[in-house]
Amino acid sequence: MEKHLDEGRLDIKASEPPLIEVKNLKQYFPISDGLFRTKYVKAVDDVSFYIKKGETLGLVGESGCGKTTTGRSLLRLYEPTDGRIIYDGVDITHTDMMPYRRKMQIVFQDPYASLNPRMTVGDIVGEPIDIHKLAHSKKERTDRIIEMLDRVGLNSEHANRYPHEFSGGQRQRIGIARALAVDPEFIVCDEPVSALDVSIQAQIVNMFEELQEDMGLTYLFIAHDLSVVKHISDRIGVMYLGKLVELADSYELSFHSVHPYTRSLISAIPVPDPDASRQRQRIVLEGDVPSPLDPPSGCRFRTRCPYADELCAREEPEFREVSKGHFAACHHLDRVK
Amino acid sequence: MSNVLLDIKNLRLSFFTPAGEVKALNDVTFKMNEGDVLGIVGESGSGKSVTAYSIMGLVPFPGRIIGGTIDFNGHRINDMTEKEMREIRGNEVSIIFQDPMTSLNPVYTIGNQIREVILLHTDMDNEQAHKRSLDLLTLVGINEPEKRLKQYPHELSGGMRQRVMIAIALACEPKLLIADEPTTALDVTIQAQIMELMMELKEKINMSIIIITHDLGVVANMCQKIVVMYGGKIVESGTSDEIFYNPQHEYTKGLLRSIPKINTKSHEKLIPIEGTPVDMLNPPAGCPFAPRCDKCMKICLREMPEYTKISDTHDCACWLLQKEAFKAAAGGEG
Repeated sequence: MEKHLDEGRLDIKASEPPLIEVKNLKQYFPISDGLFRTKYVKAVDDVSFYIKKGETLGLVGESGCGKTTTGRSLLRLYEPTDGRIIYDGVDITHTDMMPYRRKMQIVFQDPYASLNPRMTVGDIVGEPIDIHKLAHSKKERTDRIIEMLDRVGLNSEHANRYPHEFSGGQRQRIGIARALAVDPEFIVCDEPVSALDVSIQAQIVNMFEELQEDMGLTYLFIAHDLSVVKHISDRIGVMYLGKLVELADSYELSFHSVHPYTRSLISAIPVPDPDASRQRQRIVLEGDVPSPLDPPSGCRFRTRCPYADELCAREEPEFREVSKGHFAACHHLDRVK
Repeated sequence: MSNVLLDIKNLRLSFFTPAGEVKALNDVTFKMNEGDVLGIVGESGSGKSVTAYSIMGLVPFPGRIIGGTIDFNGHRINDMTEKEMREIRGNEVSIIFQDPMTSLNPVYTIGNQIREVILLHTDMDNEQAHKRSLDLLTLVGINEPEKRLKQYPHELSGGMRQRVMIAIALACEPKLLIADEPTTALDVTIQAQIMELMMELKEKINMSIIIITHDLGVVANMCQKIVVMYGGKIVESGTSDEIFYNPQHEYTKGLLRSIPKINTKSHEKLIPIEGTPVDMLNPPAGCPFAPRCDKCMKICLREMPEYTKISDTHDCACWLLQKEAFKAAAGGEG
């Protein structure tokens, strides 16, 4: 089966209204230094995007760029400092989240830390069913748990076992079954495959795709591995130090990226092909990511950017549309080769 | 002809746990020449790190080498006492660990930790050692080395710490550097920096490198030879081109198919390897990969296949190849 990332596929989705919309989201964390002064880590600073129904938006970036925080603020697992989150036309920035928890779920990165070791798998998957009172009898509850386990490729005998009896890939399946138990519409996948072996990664990625087709799910897929994100996403956003620097359809971003950071990120991905890898021109960035406590003035990428000049230090570049549906924040797009 | 630097023969290593014997390495055999870069690829539990640790003489308790030999640079590693081993470790063979966050001592300064190695293995005095550590930090591309020497590990970023680890490993210009997943904990842009640095340094001080990784992409363009491990066994070994362009073992093929590629234009579905990693406490009797293999035959479950030679450098242990070889031989005779 082959799906092409062509225009047609996107157009169908373009006609639908966004399921979730984030406007100028800011998430600051206070850090007190010493006695009186409080500094803020601007983990997410003025990020806006939308996700359409049935679509997968990928978020990539290096550690500390704010991609996980964005996912969590979106679900109000953190209270956003500023900005608005609109779900299905309703502003949920300050509402009671209980009804929305059924619609919005999350799968966590670490399958070893996100499952309670003292609960059986059946109870882990059953907990959201209990909380949202989705089962009216004991039998209904058991049936539903088994249905969920079945859906993620586990079977009913697994329900009585404990998480430690499972491998990493199987645990991640349990985490996904838990998220699916309430029949959600939207799932934040927070680095769901990063902790898994390559051969298992592909199983889980395929499962996410199949579930999306079967249940019409919408994903925010967060990962630091651009090749995985490109594989699963319709559109991709690239983050750097709390800001979105580029956002485009995944084909466009992989082959026609315009932001210098995205380009270096793509060129740094190891390619499992010796010839291609030898011929490839690598853009190796100098230095490290600056501390988010004290980000550079102007464009945050300027300290590592080969094109940076005095304008970049003075003014923050605007996140603007460079071609249809392709956004980037850079002063020197015309110079970037 | 270059000299053989490392020669491991039929190495068998087991962990004797309360739950039973775990055969972490089962008949591992490979050779490495001076100046080569060797990649060991495999998933968690395949025995790739244990192989590296056994070369360093660092097999953790309750593990024990129960058979085979390790010859490194004229030493028989598995017969050496701890005292003799200390002479070699850090001097002729060094290791960089996966996690730069936990492998530096948090209560000593960077300078202290680099000097320790130099003072231990050379006759340099404190002053010379200080100068040497400055040179080393410059060599691994750390700016303001004078200032860094006085800092503690927590003051440095992940990439910086990995550079310090490399500086420590290189302090005595080892013959062999073992890099155990050197970039797994790092971001891609930093990963590229560290890989580039290791290759540069290899040329500068003419050492050999073993890179251990689960990511085939990392080793694609820098290794002459690649060893693929699964369930404590080497299932396939060959040159980089042979492994990538002519893989023979079903596991290697599966691994290559299951990696999403950034440079494909159409959306192809990934082909995963079904099943779960091998349970090392109850490994299958035959080929460790048999329970996950699409083309598994009856004999695969019973017996481990011998290695089939595909070329001078390319070996693979799979019954399918044995079967073909047998057919060809039978056909030739009949």
